[in-house]
Amino acid sequence: MAIAFDIALAHLTNRKRQTLVSLGGVVLGVAFFLAVSSLMRGSEKDFLKRLVDNSPHITVYDEYRHPNVQPALLRWPDAAIEVHNVKPQRETRGIRGWPQRMAFIEAQPGLRAAPVLTDSAVIDFAGRQQGVQLSGVVPDKMKGVSTLEEKMVVGSLDALTANPNGIIVGQGLIDKFSLHPGSVVSVVAGDGEARPLRVVGVFRTGNSSYDEGQAFVLLKRAQSLFGRENRINRVVIQLDDPYAAQDVAQTIEAGVGYKSVSWIEASEDILSLLVVRNIVMYSVVSAILVVASFGIYNTISTIVLEKTRDIAILKSMGFHARDIRRIFLLQGLIVGAIGSTLGLLLGIGLMKVLERVEIKPPGIVEIVHLPLWWGPEQYAMAAAFAMLSCVAASSLPARRAGRVHPVDILRGAA
Amino acid sequence: MTEVMRAEHVTRTLEGEVPVTLVRNVNLSVESGEFVCIMGPSGSGKSSLLYLLGLLDAPTEGRVFVAGEDTSTFDDDRLSDFRLARLGYVFQFHFLLNEFSALENVLLPMRKLGRVAEEAARERAAQLLARLGVGDQAGKRPGQLSGGQRQRVAIARALANDPLVILADEPTGNLDSVSGTNVRDILRDLTRELGKAVVAVTHDANFASVADRRIGIVDGEVDLGWTGARPAPSGT
Repeated sequence: MAIAFDIALAHLTNRKRQTLVSLGGVVLGVAFFLAVSSLMRGSEKDFLKRLVDNSPHITVYDEYRHPNVQPALLRWPDAAIEVHNVKPQRETRGIRGWPQRMAFIEAQPGLRAAPVLTDSAVIDFAGRQQGVQLSGVVPDKMKGVSTLEEKMVVGSLDALTANPNGIIVGQGLIDKFSLHPGSVVSVVAGDGEARPLRVVGVFRTGNSSYDEGQAFVLLKRAQSLFGRENRINRVVIQLDDPYAAQDVAQTIEAGVGYKSVSWIEASEDILSLLVVRNIVMYSVVSAILVVASFGIYNTISTIVLEKTRDIAILKSMGFHARDIRRIFLLQGLIVGAIGSTLGLLLGIGLMKVLERVEIKPPGIVEIVHLPLWWGPEQYAMAAAFAMLSCVAASSLPARRAGRVHPVDILRGAA
Repeated sequence: MTEVMRAEHVTRTLEGEVPVTLVRNVNLSVESGEFVCIMGPSGSGKSSLLYLLGLLDAPTEGRVFVAGEDTSTFDDDRLSDFRLARLGYVFQFHFLLNEFSALENVLLPMRKLGRVAEEAARERAAQLLARLGVGDQAGKRPGQLSGGQRQRVAIARALANDPLVILADEPTGNLDSVSGTNVRDILRDLTRELGKAVVAVTHDANFASVADRRIGIVDGEVDLGWTGARPAPSGT
């Protein structure tokens, strides 16, 4: 192996310019592969993190996945039955017997759950109205399932416990209505029921539509306002392991009977979009390396053509065909290894530069940095793909070199 | 003197629409310490016979024995190993690897065979170059050497693994007369002093003048007018 390596290295160093061009292709290919992969995976992870952190891992709704089966169908499952004039039951919407169902949910390991009653309401202040999604919450439980407490800029969720007639609104609404903590606003439910509530807390998420369109009150107050006593219409659940959401949701749905939707199910279209996006991204960045591998193919093919006489003499001396193949495969490996190493370093440099870029996305108040992912898999993937391209590019000329018949060359040279 | 190489009814035919016979039914024996020259007109099959004797090409009929072993039964790998250990080659255009120094060129077959340690191999390579009068050129690359010096380095490389037979294809064909005479004398001395057998293809009558035996080849066949002709030792 050492002798093959020496010959391979000698061939490459003897053709410095061509080797450097090939090397440059691999270096740039690996660097861009890494930078683009880091950016795309970073944005994907950032997106998923926001999705997972800012939305419930599982939400239990006050509805059923499948419509109720008519008793006649249960009694005679194999019969041909036609049911006419079915009238839906009229009842107060919401999850019935929610404390018992909450107890079942909270008995599951590795999760935190909070009951919520949410509905549309209008906030009226000084003659101005704003439609909001008003959520009735239990502050102690809400803290375990939401990042709302971390987003509070004035007061805290506990303020609702201290003041049952309190309301927490977003900074957007505060700015829009020129409110301030302590202001009293009128909250009007869908059926016209109005209650004066005092602003006891302000949150800011950075998402202006959320900051203007969400408000929180105590669960009891919401039940009373919406006329839905002893009802909630969803249970919000956070898991220690968000990626177990699908399985846990199924267990909960089987236990409580109501539709339980995991964040994975809710975001199925987005997740499949991310997969497609990753395929497109890796195809594009891999194309750079494939183009670079043509440079290597060209260099090594030229060396094989130029060194046909040397190959003949080595084979006449006693080198096997596989020894000759190894020499040229090693050339690909050497270019690949050096190119990958330098490419990874350049890629890390590019990532450092990208990390400093500041952007202000539309609709977001805060300045954010480009999300980059520094996971080790992408370094391995970039290097492995570069090595694979280099070996593939060198394998054809190597095979051709291994097939050189010394007599054909010696006879031609004589 | 023992027999180191023997060709029995060796024929080499190139297949094709019109088959071409390069070598026809050649019988030949070479002994250790013998200097054999193969001569003949251009295209007569001299080099083809040398490639067959040197196991670079396989006969379509007949067998080649080296050191008593029937090489017709060998596969490609064993032939390569056999060439590496038992045979040495010198070609008209020296065929040194330009990226390596003279010493490294001589080291190549030893490193490939791996029979001696790196240090010992370097020492032997240096000794061989010194013996052939190019010891002071050991660090130079082929491009920095004259034609005669390169051919001496090629001979040193052929001797690296202490072969039984040196096969030389027009070794002086690309050299001036002085260098050619030097190379001739070196090869002859190898037979006298080291007991190596040398089989050389040549057009050069001066080169052939010191041979123990000259074999004529015409149209691929041994010319009977040459076979067995063992001229008296010429002295120098």
